[in-house]
Amino acid sequence: MVTLTQTTPPASPTAAAVAGEQRRAGKRYKPVRFNRSPGRTPTRSILLTAVMTLMLIYSLFPLVWLVVNSTKSVDDLFSTFGLWFGDTNVFWDNVVGVFTYDDGVYLTWLRNTVMYTLVGAGGSTLIAAMAGYGLAKFRFAGRRAVFAVILGAIAVPGSALAVPTFLLFSQMGLTNTPWAILIPSLVTPFGLYLLWVYAADAIPTELIEAARVDGAGEFRTFFTIGLRLMAPGILSVFLLEIVGSWNNYFLPLIMLNDPTWYPLTVGLNQWNSQAATAEGEVIFNLVITGSLIAIIPIVIVFLALQRFWQSGLSAGSVKG
Amino acid sequence: MTATSTPLNRPVRRRRRGLIGWAFIAPFAAVFIFATVLPLGYSFVLSLFQERMIGGVSFVGFENYVQQLTDPDFWSAVGRVGVFVAIQAPLMMALALLAALALDSARLHAPAVFRLGIFLPYAVPGVVATLLWGYIYGSKFGLVGDLNEMFGWSLANPLSSALILPSISNIGLWLYVGYNMLVFYAALRVIPTELYEAATIDGAGAWRIMFSIKLPAIWPAIIVAATFSIIGGFQLFNEPNILRALVPNVISSDFTPNMYAYTLSFAGGQYNAAAAVALIMGAITAVVAFLVQRRGFRRDI
Repeated sequence: MVTLTQTTPPASPTAAAVAGEQRRAGKRYKPVRFNRSPGRTPTRSILLTAVMTLMLIYSLFPLVWLVVNSTKSVDDLFSTFGLWFGDTNVFWDNVVGVFTYDDGVYLTWLRNTVMYTLVGAGGSTLIAAMAGYGLAKFRFAGRRAVFAVILGAIAVPGSALAVPTFLLFSQMGLTNTPWAILIPSLVTPFGLYLLWVYAADAIPTELIEAARVDGAGEFRTFFTIGLRLMAPGILSVFLLEIVGSWNNYFLPLIMLNDPTWYPLTVGLNQWNSQAATAEGEVIFNLVITGSLIAIIPIVIVFLALQRFWQSGLSAGSVKG
Repeated sequence: MTATSTPLNRPVRRRRRGLIGWAFIAPFAAVFIFATVLPLGYSFVLSLFQERMIGGVSFVGFENYVQQLTDPDFWSAVGRVGVFVAIQAPLMMALALLAALALDSARLHAPAVFRLGIFLPYAVPGVVATLLWGYIYGSKFGLVGDLNEMFGWSLANPLSSALILPSISNIGLWLYVGYNMLVFYAALRVIPTELYEAATIDGAGAWRIMFSIKLPAIWPAIIVAATFSIIGGFQLFNEPNILRALVPNVISSDFTPNMYAYTLSFAGGQYNAAAAVALIMGAITAVVAFLVQRRGFRRDI
């Protein structure tokens, strides 16, 4: 019996092979510049580079500000120039402060954020990939209706749903538990839309037919062929969901009032606003250093996975 | 391959295939119903009732809606986000388009640096971005205060009531221009290069190619991105809610419709009214989005 991986016809240039080739090319995406403007290589423009440099500075200077000011004590924050270092460098003191303040509650928030992100982003991407595959590769009654519902749901953003979801969940006793964050984060209509379009383009129906002929069950076909061919699209949706979960604020803000379940976003804002309360200790230095530490993991994930955006984005919203 | 096929069971499989299709959708459908359909339904039911001091909970029909739709506070919040969207969405599209076309033109030095650097703020949580910009805006130890002190300038206070909306817009721009840039850039990259070749042979220059080929080709992407920008603007909550800690007199508790709903339910305990506001705003954004999406999304899947 022929195994599934061998059914990808390596010898004959079928649609499957061509699609695979294109996908691999997209995966190892390198800007090919010579053919964008045939006949001549466009001269590099100093003026255009200068204009874009302004935009780059605008994009990066708040992050520079964050790094610079994470080295300062509260006193230095108030007394020294924002874009340069203070009199003494207390970066490590700040880091220690972030992790030890209030019995190390920051670590609890960090752990919560990681948990919400892994479960939420992983679960929602898998669920959306399955549904996208099912919608792209099976013809059945009710498909058009699902399409309409998904498009409608994309228009209803999470923040519009937050208050209704809170009302329902508080009725069911789910508020102030991690489920109140995890369950809504499993729903991603936009991710489903992207993966639906992606699966329709990236998985040749003949390949699925071949797997069926070989006697593979539908779910086995999905996990061995579907997931693999959808990988670039899945990764781009996964990245989208990671950013969304890591940065989630409104929903946890209204669902939780026990700080032991807070994610970093809600916790950091609580640290920031405690300065405005009567007995609150002013800990802007910890807010700033804590913010810096909070964005480091997401920036690393982001830079590691960013090349997959190209394929995911060009499959999704851009095709008219 | 063909040797293992069993033609006899194929018709059976075909009939079962519809059910299998639904099986793939089932997990999504389950969470979707639980976390989207049910909350909306429950809110709708809730919005038809009112809790009174005397008499308890009673059915009032659409009275909550009438009450909110005739409330000037609600409309001033809607007006505020309307102005916000009118400032932010066109600026966002223009800047993102400019950056995407610059990247695509192959005329930039070190394009990868620009692509990554401008995209990077998208990774920053909105809360952190708002805290950051709040500090930068601030007069106490912020950059604006520093600059005024250092150079004897008198830069306008970005957190004053006159400038608060542009200042909030700026935070959104900073976060999302890079994302939209990448969307447009991805759309530009899939334009077949033969089109450029043909146009060049016909004597079209770079500007002509930009206006006659590139912009029309990525128009759907622009429409979709504008839709998301508009939806996001109408749902504005995080930035003003966080900045409110700095300037409670400038940003009221009902500054945006979402803050208004939040205040109704969490400060006032008026869950019925909050449900009505949430559904009205959901309807407004859905209508706006639907009108724009009709032209933006793919029809052929």
